[in-house]
Amino acid sequence: MQNDNLIEIEQLAFGYGTRSILKNINLTAKRGQVVAIMGSSGCGKTTLLRLIGGQLKANQGVVRVADESVGDLDRDGLCRLRRKMGMLFQFGALFTDMTVFDNVAFQLREHTDLPEDAIRDLVLMKLHAVGLRGAAQLMPAELSGGMARRVALARAIALDPMLVLYDEPFAGLDPISLGVTGNLIRRLTDTLGLTSVVVTHDIHESLKIVDYIYFISEGVIVAEGTADEIRASGLPFVHQFVHGEADGPVPFHYPAPPYADDLRLGGQRA
Amino acid sequence: MICDWGGSVLKQAITNLGSRTLDALWTVGLAMRFFVTVLLHSGMAFRRFGLTIRELYFTGVLSLIVILVSGLFVGMVLGLQGYETLQTYGAEESLGIVVALSLVRELGPVVAALLFASRAGSAITAEIGLMKATEQLSAMEMMAVDPLARVVAPRFWAGVISMPLLAALFSAMGVFGGYLVGVQLIGIDEGAFWSQMQNAVDFERDVLNGVIKSVVFGIAVTAIALFEGYDAPPTAEGVAGATTRTVVTSSLVVLALDFVLTAFMFRGIG
Repeated sequence: MQNDNLIEIEQLAFGYGTRSILKNINLTAKRGQVVAIMGSSGCGKTTLLRLIGGQLKANQGVVRVADESVGDLDRDGLCRLRRKMGMLFQFGALFTDMTVFDNVAFQLREHTDLPEDAIRDLVLMKLHAVGLRGAAQLMPAELSGGMARRVALARAIALDPMLVLYDEPFAGLDPISLGVTGNLIRRLTDTLGLTSVVVTHDIHESLKIVDYIYFISEGVIVAEGTADEIRASGLPFVHQFVHGEADGPVPFHYPAPPYADDLRLGGQRA
Repeated sequence: MICDWGGSVLKQAITNLGSRTLDALWTVGLAMRFFVTVLLHSGMAFRRFGLTIRELYFTGVLSLIVILVSGLFVGMVLGLQGYETLQTYGAEESLGIVVALSLVRELGPVVAALLFASRAGSAITAEIGLMKATEQLSAMEMMAVDPLARVVAPRFWAGVISMPLLAALFSAMGVFGGYLVGVQLIGIDEGAFWSQMQNAVDFERDVLNGVIKSVVFGIAVTAIALFEGYDAPPTAEGVAGATTRTVVTSSLVVLALDFVLTAFMFRGIG
């Protein structure tokens, strides 16, 4: 019987040398859901995404995708799993020496023996899904940030994956592109039967489209719940994050000695 | 007190020297491992030779102008300088030999390799470094396509193939430049110029050794350029530094290798 959870992370810990990045992470993503991983910049969100994609290996714990332990897969196993995954990078990561069409066709040409006619039709269908069929012959340098993100999304779903990972899909977008990208993530997840994991710090856009949210702070999951549960949450960290307050559990000031001492106001002035 | 200060400075200097030596050894080790890995991932560069042909255009064809123009001028200078020296001994008809041997044995492979490092090597480093900085290589990895096989190996073999061809063209243009100055400008006998050259230049000893040199330089310059790009920190400053290192390191390596190869080929060392 098929496991309802596409992603299962248990007791995960990761760090570089003695520097700990993630501790005791337990997370699941059900099939067909959009799951958001949120937290302030530098809290380990992108690291978690790379652990799911197998680009990094956990120091402790296990990451399972479609019942396969990612850390235990050999090179071929990882390649097999990645063919069923798509990833949208923060700024699209489009291949700058290829047209939009060739970018979307890249995986189809690398991993299938489809004739060029079939590839053409598939690419145009994917581009149509993100509203950029007319931009097929443009180069990535000719695209706006929002368009590049949409092309990258078309490329990520080119092989009809079961899972799409999004690394900061809303970063640096204008309000219209932000809404378009958010809607696309939700719509594609529903129509293609995907599972989506979105790493972001854009709380307002995310609350509109996600099914479940995990909050990470200083490498640990501090809160989780559905969009409504998060909105109603009384937890100080979640409250600060949702309302964008400058000070709170995440302090405004970087740790420093007492202000008066730094300004030498303690009677030591000459 | 002064003795203590002197001791600590000396200790610091030794520590720095040791640390730099270790760093350099690490880099050499990493570069060697990278080189072997590229060789092991070279299958695709030959199976899909179109990828290598495309890179041959960028590294070889686009370097043609600089190689041909430089070859012509170097040959013309050799003609002028050679004539100046040879006429002292009444041997100006041997100008063809001087020009041809200088170019085929030394200047052709070495100067072409130095120009190749500056034009194609720096371009390769900048391209790979920027692909890394903009996450294009990560994106490829996440699409289950190995960037070493798809991006690096075709560039490596294109460099190795194009270098001896460029060196041969450099030498040919140089000989033509020497002919223009010696025969057309100064008025040396044309028959003597060509026949003496034909008699003195030995295919195996001179031409073949020159080709071997340029193949070795092609391997060294392209491998250094690719390693520096692949190893570059993913920032603007990192890519700029890597590009500079490519030109400096590969120029020094070419000159050092030239000495070693010349010693083995023409002096019978070993």
